[in-house]
Amino acid sequence: MSKPKIATTSLAGCFGCHMSLLDIDERILELAELVEFHKSPINDIKSFSAQCAVGLIEGGCCNEENVEVLRAFRSNCDVLISVGDCAIMGGIPAMRNMIPLEECLQEAFVDGPTVHNPTRAIPNDVEIPLLLDKVYPCHEVVKIDYHLPGCPPPADTLWEALVALLNNKPISLPYDLIKYD
Amino acid sequence: MSDKPETRRIVIEPVTRVEGHGKVTILLDDEAKVKQARLHIVEFRGFERFIQGRPFWELPVLVQRLCGICPVSHHLAAAKAVDGIVGVDTLTPTALKMRLLMHHGQFLQSHALHFFHLSSPDLLFGFDADVSERNVIGVAAKYPELARQGILLRKYGQEIIKATAGKKIHGTGAIPGGVNKNLSLEERDQLLSEIDQIMEWARGAVALAKGYTLEHLDDLSGFGSFDSNHLSIVRSDGAYDIYDGGLRARDAEGNIIFDHVENEKYDEYLAEEVRSWTYMKFPFIKEIGPEAGWYRVGPLARVNNCDFFDTPEAEKERKEFKSLTDDKPNNITMAYHWTRMIELLHSVEKIQELLNDSDLQGEDLVVTGKRRDEAVGIIEAPRGTLFHHYRVNEDDQVTMANLIVSTTSNNEPMNRAVQKVAEDYLSGVPEITEGLLNRVEVAIRAYDPCLSCATHAMGQMPLIVELMDQQGRIVDRKIKG
Ligand code: SF4
Repeated sequence: MSKPKIATTSLAGCFGCHMSLLDIDERILELAELVEFHKSPINDIKSFSAQCAVGLIEGGCCNEENVEVLRAFRSNCDVLISVGDCAIMGGIPAMRNMIPLEECLQEAFVDGPTVHNPTRAIPNDVEIPLLLDKVYPCHEVVKIDYHLPGCPPPADTLWEALVALLNNKPISLPYDLIKYD
Repeated sequence: MSDKPETRRIVIEPVTRVEGHGKVTILLDDEAKVKQARLHIVEFRGFERFIQGRPFWELPVLVQRLCGICPVSHHLAAAKAVDGIVGVDTLTPTALKMRLLMHHGQFLQSHALHFFHLSSPDLLFGFDADVSERNVIGVAAKYPELARQGILLRKYGQEIIKATAGKKIHGTGAIPGGVNKNLSLEERDQLLSEIDQIMEWARGAVALAKGYTLEHLDDLSGFGSFDSNHLSIVRSDGAYDIYDGGLRARDAEGNIIFDHVENEKYDEYLAEEVRSWTYMKFPFIKEIGPEAGWYRVGPLARVNNCDFFDTPEAEKERKEFKSLTDDKPNNITMAYHWTRMIELLHSVEKIQELLNDSDLQGEDLVVTGKRRDEAVGIIEAPRGTLFHHYRVNEDDQVTMANLIVSTTSNNEPMNRAVQKVAEDYLSGVPEITEGLLNRVEVAIRAYDPCLSCATHAMGQMPLIVELMDQQGRIVDRKIKG
């Protein structure tokens, strides 16, 4: 029987949640015994070609591309997990929700002290995806099955949750593995 | 629309085994020749604006959420700036050494991650290897001992960070004017018990990267390579330094452009050009201008720039590296890997030195000074020079933040590398294979771009490689919302 597949992605996150997953250290090799890694930033599988048992989502949605990727994960993963503060509630990137987007762009590309931008134009090209008005938590965009809090969640939290899921056991996490910083 | 609508568009999305997301587009003309190749950063965060109004002492923990791959770099660059705000120019020996230890732990973990987890599959299996094998799990299956060493080198770096910052990712160790803990004897002894093994593996990593480069030198010399200026900080005596020093820039021949520039004056020397097709700006040396003033940062630039390493093994390796180019700067893109491993070895030597220094058990952790309203913190992050510049008001709120993250400085070099590889390997070929496209990513990976960081203003970059004809869609973009 082939191993269940796992997929991971980073949307509007900082990659810290992925780093925390790598912090399971030697257990990465054990995890590779339990599952097969499908689409993920750590390999070169760029799109879904098979149904996955588990999808891990880091980061919320800040642009149209994040939304597309998140929807693809929902359609291709049996169980979808929001990993970390950003996926669960937008996190630090959602601090921009209090400020008009134009002001953020203006500061970065026109007003900054080292900016050299004689035309005062803000990047605007078919190749860069449309920004959303706000940064959205993942569960406001698709159904999310589990939330693993933390910034990032500790490696042991990710490990315990994954091992339980992959063995069809209920996830039970002691308090110190689910407390937010 | 033209009579020749022969559009060819191949999409690889996202570019992988880099930290963060990015996208490459390649335009082909009628004869399938590469007309243009670009690396785009496609996400935007807006940190510079949304941290305005926050209390300045939050900066070291807030701004590091730019990037979870080298959060320590942002933590420390912000902390250095915040030291300036609270009027502290000199830390206590304990505080300084705790930060140095944290920083070297960060270099070790980040460089190990980049080399072993992300890039080694290209080097070990070849650029055309099967996708199912060309990743860290594939390395573990075929070279289990090597994979284990990579994982444990990174783990050791993370343990150092935990012991100094309190947490492996997004720690809290550096506070205004100092640090919030010292290193206990127990922590020290635990770390020291493993150092000999770590040193041994670090030597092996240098040998691996060096051996690979020398063995493939003919192929690698031209691969995504070009002459460039190089920028980094150096210590006042010209030594390699990653925590403190003045800015130095050299040209491709090794001539000094400027040297020992005080951190506060960075904006007199550097500016960042905005281009319409990416959220990542293009820094350049003002004196030379945007056309030719761009420069490289990171391991290659640092090793090219410094006069020496102050640890014996790294210095020996540096000399050997420089002898290859008669002591002139080495401009080979793929040489980044070799210099990265020399730096990794240097960090392990520094860690050993620091762990044996009893100042780390000192009790004097914080100093205070006279409040200022503006400060600049510059350090070397694993991927290159990192600039944090803040202004605050009398209510302690941030009123201005300017961040030039390492990967931003490598924006032009990465674009050149992409263009060069595209022209050399994709131009006019009958079939564009996955392996050929992987070469574009291999060149980007050499820079170890942290597309996550690069996102701070910009966003993350899903790396997508697209090929299309010269009619590639041009549509006006509007921002929603
Ligand atoms: S939750 Fe924290 S660690 Fe995870 S992506 Fe967000 S900022 Fe990074």
